[in-house]
Amino acid sequence: MSTDKATLIVESGDFDKIYSAFIIGNGALAMGMDVSMYFTFWGLERLKKNNLDKGPLSKMNFFGLGKLYMKWKMKKANVRSLDDMLDDFVELGGKIFACDMTMEIMGVSKEDLRDEVITEYCAVGTYVKEARESEITLYI
Amino acid sequence: MSEKIKVDCKGENCPVPLVETRKAIRKANKGDILIITGDHSASKKEIPMAVEAMGLELLSVEDKDNYWEIKIKV
Repeated sequence: MSTDKATLIVESGDFDKIYSAFIIGNGALAMGMDVSMYFTFWGLERLKKNNLDKGPLSKMNFFGLGKLYMKWKMKKANVRSLDDMLDDFVELGGKIFACDMTMEIMGVSKEDLRDEVITEYCAVGTYVKEARESEITLYI
Repeated sequence: MSEKIKVDCKGENCPVPLVETRKAIRKANKGDILIITGDHSASKKEIPMAVEAMGLELLSVEDKDNYWEIKIKV
């Protein structure tokens, strides 16, 4: 089996961009790739407990109304929830990395985060090492 | 002894049919046959792409009344 690798940086904490990250990540896992996602800055906020789907829409959020409308449309289209997508990601062997510098700057502790899904707390060197072995790298 | 495993993804949207197919492949034993059904049109093209990428055998892709059926040998 192929062991091609995809490496994603998730810098945005926006609702739609977190969806993009998990759809691409899960799609790559489903197609037989290894996948690592690096959560940093606003993306890391989404790894806090009960926070994965709490981000605003990146455009037309309208103080949350736009996001409500988007969630309603997604429900009608039977789009899987972000929490379920994270479960799929972990079940298919995807790795999640948390940026330790962001934790320091933003005063986030391990106890604030969903430690059970985080593979490793790391810095840029780990990302570069993985990215240079990857066929796909994305910055979201 | 090879088994036939059904994966019903009717009504599911991107990327669920791909993901559920992958989960089933991981759980299956070599020689098992997966029968995947769904109505998400892009997945009908993309599941065969995933099968090829993983070096598995695509047995058939069929259109039924209002869904498709893909058979894979693991």
